[in-house]
Amino acid sequence: MKRIYMDNNATTAVRPEVMEAMLPFYKEHFGNPSSVHWAGRETGAALEAAREKVAKLINCAPAEVVFTSCGSEGDNLAIKGVADAYRDRGNHIITTAVEHPAVLNSCKYLEKHGFEVTYLPVDGHGMLDVSSLEAAITDKTILISVMWANNETGTLFPIEKIGAVARKHKICFHTDAVQAIGRVPVDVDAAQVDLLAISGHKIGAPKGVGALYVRKGVRLTPLVHGGHQERNRRAGTHNLPGIVGLGVACELADADLRNTAQRLSAMRDRLEQGLLAAIPESQVNGHPTMRLPNTLNISFNYIEGEAVLLFLDMQGIAASSGSACMSDLEGQSHVIDAMGVDPMMANSAIRFGLGYDNTEADVDQVLEILPNIVKKLRDMSPFYHERDAAKATANS
Amino acid sequence: MYSDKVIDHFTNPRNVGEIENADGVGEKVSSSCGDRMKVFLKVENDIIEDVKFQTYGCGAAIASSSMMSELVIGKTLQQALDLTNDQVADALGGLPAPKLHCSNLAADALHEAIKNYQETNA
Repeated sequence: MKRIYMDNNATTAVRPEVMEAMLPFYKEHFGNPSSVHWAGRETGAALEAAREKVAKLINCAPAEVVFTSCGSEGDNLAIKGVADAYRDRGNHIITTAVEHPAVLNSCKYLEKHGFEVTYLPVDGHGMLDVSSLEAAITDKTILISVMWANNETGTLFPIEKIGAVARKHKICFHTDAVQAIGRVPVDVDAAQVDLLAISGHKIGAPKGVGALYVRKGVRLTPLVHGGHQERNRRAGTHNLPGIVGLGVACELADADLRNTAQRLSAMRDRLEQGLLAAIPESQVNGHPTMRLPNTLNISFNYIEGEAVLLFLDMQGIAASSGSACMSDLEGQSHVIDAMGVDPMMANSAIRFGLGYDNTEADVDQVLEILPNIVKKLRDMSPFYHERDAAKATANS
Repeated sequence: MYSDKVIDHFTNPRNVGEIENADGVGEKVSSSCGDRMKVFLKVENDIIEDVKFQTYGCGAAIASSSMMSELVIGKTLQQALDLTNDQVADALGGLPAPKLHCSNLAADALHEAIKNYQETNA
């Protein structure tokens, strides 16, 4: 059985070039980059080279890149760090109802400590209305935190417009760009972003490394206190192999971006059209055009998503029923829920996240297997058997 | 996450379907996750001759329905009424803690079907 991995929004394989670049930093070049001796100097140079590669991908100065352990840490550092540093100016934060838990739970934490948070709604495509965001701003607003791309649906928010609003009102603007990096162009200058979180393992670097862009001049209280690393913004000995890997992954993403996006979106569209054609009463969740090129979130009425995933898994296909962080919890996705999707459709949502290694043959295999899985589960579903009666009742 | 027995019953569920002119029909909906189980009975001389089910739910819910049906075919109504949700889960080799509520539908839906049979044949 050929195994197919289509859960690249959860995590990606480490790319071979990344792995190769990292290996010497475990054994040969192991010095602490903060040390003054020869061993520290050579790793210090590698650290700064990686910082330059990350900076180039998002169009910022290397000094504006803070290395972190993951995207969640970046989001926490941005939100809590700005909230603490700008507490004297106000206590109001604006975010959206569909953010990653790293953002939502950071905001909930701050609510317990005297901050007020506005959670903006989205429409049926998961899209945010920028005018409602601007209307939510008060003279106490110190931070706007809006994700670049949604992890479950791939819907892309109008980041440049939000950046312009934030700049106009002189409010710090943070974006969780974990899903966007390496999949769509990300330019912090054009978007007028002040803080931007990156995760290594979504772009072919290892787990355990990330970065936070912090615009020069933005004040930030660190989460991790200790040494002077990262210009006093994040203490702790650097995860040098991981950081080297992140640098190479950013370099590869920069070089491949256009071609990879075109290739993935063509495959994603074929998968989407094939499934919609083969499976009646199915729907795509997310924006039809403003969406990540690799992401397809699709629902099949009358059945439940976990059962679909199990059958896919038995045939070697790895997909997801939403955010990987949420998959152990009961209840439907907060993202799909916020979009106002019918609950039964929402319960059946499956997310395919295509990645660098996927091929046309992978798409063919899913198109061959999935319609049969849906049929089998619908044959078991009481809702499916009763749908004609339900439709008649609804129409009467 | 799931035992081999759960996977077996999920992959090849026994007794899926509907009994036309069933002697008893019952159903249960999970208030926590929305899973739904519908059970159809054929009863002969106080013995459950046949059980069919339809289930909307996750792998655990489907496997629990299948196991429940196997456990009660050929049993008396009283033996079926004595079946508990825990016994269904145990017969499956256990379920992960977050999924235990899914097995809580199977025996309850069966009991509803028996109640329906008893009410219509009282």
